[in-house]
Amino acid sequence: MSADSPVAPPTIRSRAEALTSAILVVPGVAWLILFFVVPLGMIFLVSLGSRDELDRIVLTNLSFDNYLRALDPAFLPTFLNSLRYAAATTILSLLIGYPIAYWISRYGGRHKALLLVLVMLPFWTSYLIRTYAWMIILRDNGVANWALQAVGLTSEPLILLNTDFSVILGMTYGFLPFAILPLYVSIDRLDSSLIAAARDLYASGRGAFLHVTLPLTMPGIVAAMILTFIPAIGDFVTPDLLGGAQTTTIAKVIQELFLEGRDWPFGAALGFILMLITLGGTLIALRPLRREVVGA
Amino acid sequence: MTGRNRWLTAYAIAGYIFLFLPIAVLILFSFNDSKRNFQWKGWTFDWYPMVFANEALIDALFVTLRVAAVAVAVSTVLGTLLGLALARRRFRGRTGTETLLLVPMVTPEIVMGLSLLVFFYQLFDSRGSFNQLALAHITFCVSYVAIVVRARAAGMDGSLEEAARDLGASAFGAFRYVTFPLILPAVISGALLAFALSFDDYVVSTFNAGVGSSTLPLYIYGKVKFGITPEINAISTIIVATTGVVILLAWRIGARRDARARATATDR
Repeated sequence: MSADSPVAPPTIRSRAEALTSAILVVPGVAWLILFFVVPLGMIFLVSLGSRDELDRIVLTNLSFDNYLRALDPAFLPTFLNSLRYAAATTILSLLIGYPIAYWISRYGGRHKALLLVLVMLPFWTSYLIRTYAWMIILRDNGVANWALQAVGLTSEPLILLNTDFSVILGMTYGFLPFAILPLYVSIDRLDSSLIAAARDLYASGRGAFLHVTLPLTMPGIVAAMILTFIPAIGDFVTPDLLGGAQTTTIAKVIQELFLEGRDWPFGAALGFILMLITLGGTLIALRPLRREVVGA
Repeated sequence: MTGRNRWLTAYAIAGYIFLFLPIAVLILFSFNDSKRNFQWKGWTFDWYPMVFANEALIDALFVTLRVAAVAVAVSTVLGTLLGLALARRRFRGRTGTETLLLVPMVTPEIVMGLSLLVFFYQLFDSRGSFNQLALAHITFCVSYVAIVVRARAAGMDGSLEEAARDLGASAFGAFRYVTFPLILPAVISGALLAFALSFDDYVVSTFNAGVGSSTLPLYIYGKVKFGITPEINAISTIIVATTGVVILLAWRIGARRDARARATATDR
């Protein structure tokens, strides 16, 4: 990729080049260290602390108690819930997104660019507003129930909102564009003569797809999985608005601990665990494919 | 067209309907003549004037725009410099810098939000303020601007800048008159993306906004939690329509520019 082959500076100007490089790099790096890395370090420190009777943070007697508390069986369902929602969202996004991406790439013709912009349009639109739109559709006397009854599928309104169904639907809707884009990039890059060759060698349409198309578009699939899983597992808005009070996820618990309850050290520990889950998952999945995602 | 292509096309069309139907419903119900906004009762435009008469909402809109203006200005400068460096320079700590850009993008928003709250609370005893909010927004925008600018600058012909230097241009002159105009479209896309991210942000803002610096997403969230009102549909429709028009315009301008660039390339 051309990004990794920067123009070699001529040696006479190397000192000036070093200076300009510093001017380019230092402000942004300093900003991110000060306002991203240092705060992360601070929540780690706070997560080792405890609180006094007045809910102030106490940083003497540092320990991993908060982490042990997070591993308590009582918290397991919360973690599993978050994982379940994120996994379901990721799988659904792939199942819905792959055929759409494939269709845009193979049959989009000269409208490809417009079709991609249309996929991205909801992404540019407020996530909060898009979630709110589903509230209008899914509530007891909402559009979905009206339509179901009008068609005669049900006589009584179904409970659609504040269920696992509504949370997974809302997340899939919200993060689907993140899946379609990388899938499109890898499918569009695929040389279609390879599929033609497989067919010439008597592969069935299904065989050619399973043994040629699917393996060659794997980088896009992995990128799509990462890009939907990460926002889904940390999502707070969808479980809160479409999941109602009884739906608990890690993000919801963290938010409550920080803004309503006062146990910041424990909230910080949960936040740090969430961070490790996403970062660890990303690094493992991304290692061989980093360029694909950065290039997408 | 074979049977299978037809199925795929039908699937894709259903996918687009899935993407746009909720937005269509949202817009439709902003014209619904019913305060409780449950069922369709007939057309009205009453909710739109109410949006502009709602002082709390307009205040929140202005806070949002002020935060976004600061976030866009600072993150565009920082991100453009970083993107240029990564695309066109060899320097020590390159890999580290790349990682430093990518990690904020894969960090859950809620973690970024709470870490800045802890940072400001521990160091400045602040639970949220306008400045804290603007600073948080800058932090999550920088990476996106840098990635967009980097992609464009990496595709740029480096010999152009070299030629300018050989003809006696200063380093700054070469940047000002050669490099910058070439990467300007990417800088603008980066700035637009930063604006969209900042304008839309709820999660980071909920941890870092203070009293009096409540943004529009925070205002809308507060209302939505307690029920659905046509007024929220109206403000949502205004936001959706505005972003839709801006994105489609930006895309049209970009497409035309590309077409021109291709035409000049074939003329040579």
